[in-house]
Amino acid sequence: MAFQFVLNLIIAFVWMFLSSEWTFLQFLVGFIIGMLFIYALRRFFNERFYMRRVGAFIYLLLLFLKELVHSSFVVIREILRPELNIHPGIFSLETDLRTDGEITALALLITLTPGTLLLEVSPDKRTLYIHAMDITDKNLLVQQIKGSFEKAIMEVMR
Amino acid sequence: MGQILITIGEWSIAFLVLFGAVLSVLSTFGLIRLPDVYLRSHAATKTATLGILCVLFAAFLYFILYEGHVSAKLLLGIVFVFITAPVASHLIDRSAYFSGVPMWEKSVQDDLKIAMNQGKHHEELHEPAE
Repeated sequence: MAFQFVLNLIIAFVWMFLSSEWTFLQFLVGFIIGMLFIYALRRFFNERFYMRRVGAFIYLLLLFLKELVHSSFVVIREILRPELNIHPGIFSLETDLRTDGEITALALLITLTPGTLLLEVSPDKRTLYIHAMDITDKNLLVQQIKGSFEKAIMEVMR
Repeated sequence: MGQILITIGEWSIAFLVLFGAVLSVLSTFGLIRLPDVYLRSHAATKTATLGILCVLFAAFLYFILYEGHVSAKLLLGIVFVFITAPVASHLIDRSAYFSGVPMWEKSVQDDLKIAMNQGKHHEELHEPAE
């Protein structure tokens, strides 16, 4: 991953040397050409083509933003309702993510999801305890977290 | 053409500032209205974060359009708020839970308490081993 990026930078600098024109535009042209080379030679690397990971990261960012807007509206609807009609509670969720970075990213996403807050991570990092604003649709929440968030994080990290 | 762009810019700045301010007010209502710490922190994290982001982004747009100045500090501010607000609320909730702040009496379920009673979960396990 990092190796492919460094290689791409080196190709861009070689391009600047070849054209002996030290501008940002030449650097950009060299960088794109290097990207094409690395894409063409991707079967010689052990890892995936690194721009795919960058794409997955951008997708994750957009997911963050979408969830933030959605969850704000859900919370506002609950606040403005004349009578509180919520059933809060804490539920546990088994996670497939293992490293600390992945779990932190999942925690950020969970906290910004409609109606859920991460309360505690168990010491063996397998179970997350989540406080939900409305626990009646727990299955839906679990599906959402497991289905889309974990998958998006795995796409970036692995 | 330029006139149209400026009008669009003005309207979006006005909309973003207003929207952010309204969101902040609503999340304050939530703080007053909701019954316990955990539910209040729902309101305080999500809505207030989005409100702050909107206001900061509107300020960023204003400086670009009218001063011709790209303010990277505002962008950094957005990123920092975005990353730190959920972590802060997680820490507050967690310390509230372990210092025994009760949940609202109409709460339905408490899996963490069950796990702690079964001995599967101890807070002490988080202390670093010497």
